[in-house]
Amino acid sequence: MTLARRIIPCLDVDAGRVVKGVEFEGLRDMGDPAELAARYNREGADELVFLDISATHQGRETFLETIRRVARELNIPLTAGGGIRSMEQGRAVLRAGADKVTVNTAAIKRPELISELAQQFGAQAVVLSIDVKRNGAGWEAYTRGGRDATGIDAEKWAREAVSRGAGEILLTSIDRDGTCTGFDCELTSTIAAAVSVPVIASGGASTFDDFRDVFEKGRADAALAASIFHQETRSIAALKQYLKERHIPVRLSK
Amino acid sequence: MRISIVDYGAGNLPSVERALNKLGAETQLATEAGHISSAKAIVLPGVGHFSAFVNGLRERNLVAPLRAAFDAGVPILGICLGLQAMFEASEEAPGEPGLGFLRGDVRALPTNVKSPHIGWNQLRRVQNGTLLRGVADDAYFYFAHSFAAPAETAPTAAACDHGMAFAAVIEQRNLLAVQFHPEKSGEAGAQVLRNFVEAVQ
Repeated sequence: MTLARRIIPCLDVDAGRVVKGVEFEGLRDMGDPAELAARYNREGADELVFLDISATHQGRETFLETIRRVARELNIPLTAGGGIRSMEQGRAVLRAGADKVTVNTAAIKRPELISELAQQFGAQAVVLSIDVKRNGAGWEAYTRGGRDATGIDAEKWAREAVSRGAGEILLTSIDRDGTCTGFDCELTSTIAAAVSVPVIASGGASTFDDFRDVFEKGRADAALAASIFHQETRSIAALKQYLKERHIPVRLSK
Repeated sequence: MRISIVDYGAGNLPSVERALNKLGAETQLATEAGHISSAKAIVLPGVGHFSAFVNGLRERNLVAPLRAAFDAGVPILGICLGLQAMFEASEEAPGEPGLGFLRGDVRALPTNVKSPHIGWNQLRRVQNGTLLRGVADDAYFYFAHSFAAPAETAPTAAACDHGMAFAAVIEQRNLLAVQFHPEKSGEAGAQVLRNFVEAVQ
């Protein structure tokens, strides 16, 4: 009996569609959120993360409607976020059917947001997302999707967030994101050792061995990836079978 | 027959409601005492903080009708914090009385493991019961909690280990409870809810 390592597909949503950023070309449409969610649910995903990447007020309303549609398709947990700045916005996402809310930039600007959400909804409903770039000997937290440096040490920030009530850390390596060179295991193991809550590794996943490495060397509790699952080049069921054969505890759905 | 889902003012009730409806069960949200005293079966879901939960019940005057339903033998299914609230107290909120349907109290998970205990874990059967009928021995269920009832002090039907052995499934006459979220636990979770629905029909 062991706590399974989780495999979590992540879906970026803009104006009610799942999209993928393509260098120099902008966004490519990857499909209908509810359809993709239903497929992942069927294929054995352990959880889903939905991120709102739309920048407009109208986009936010559409995002809540998307969460409602997606939640109806799922019998696994759903995390949602992207641009959440207040407890009311967090509440709206949870009311729409998400089980957890993820916060990033706004929490760096005002760390009390984490405490407020945790007090209201419980630590298990609050996921702190940290975007990190290697900076000499250490790691620095970035905001606004990796555009702005903060001067904040990622390890210290992770510790503070947990003391404020974050129940999980979603850790993205900006250096690896989109490179298909594998997760940053050194970053992941550093943060995993620094905090008492589960760490979800993100950024750089390409091969099945990347997942094996991030669980074994990176000591990640969960691994998140986006496009490699969307394109059906890698199925979640096959990935889990691969990990199980290598003695990494995973949940195989029957 | 209708199943009353206790609405204490927070929590993700729609997912519990939807999961029961998918199994063909009729449900109603119980927001006032009358909904509980007329109920033939009750689901008590909960997430968040122990004191917010029991205070929410108290403010809506739902504690006495729940007690009456429990005494009358009405089947009650507690989920997550709904399981924890059935005990006398919790380390999460010292001095705050729980519903007291079960003896003992709820403790924090030990500090030598990751907490919250979040993710999919397996169960260890302790005794045969209703809720796990037809569920594979190695099935996984989704947990998300920082507190739990020690397995040895509860009427535990199945235990789970995370730093300590805790009650994952409780069955005592009309009182049923699960620490995991059946509505978020895929097919295995659906089977647990189906067993409850069939038992109360």
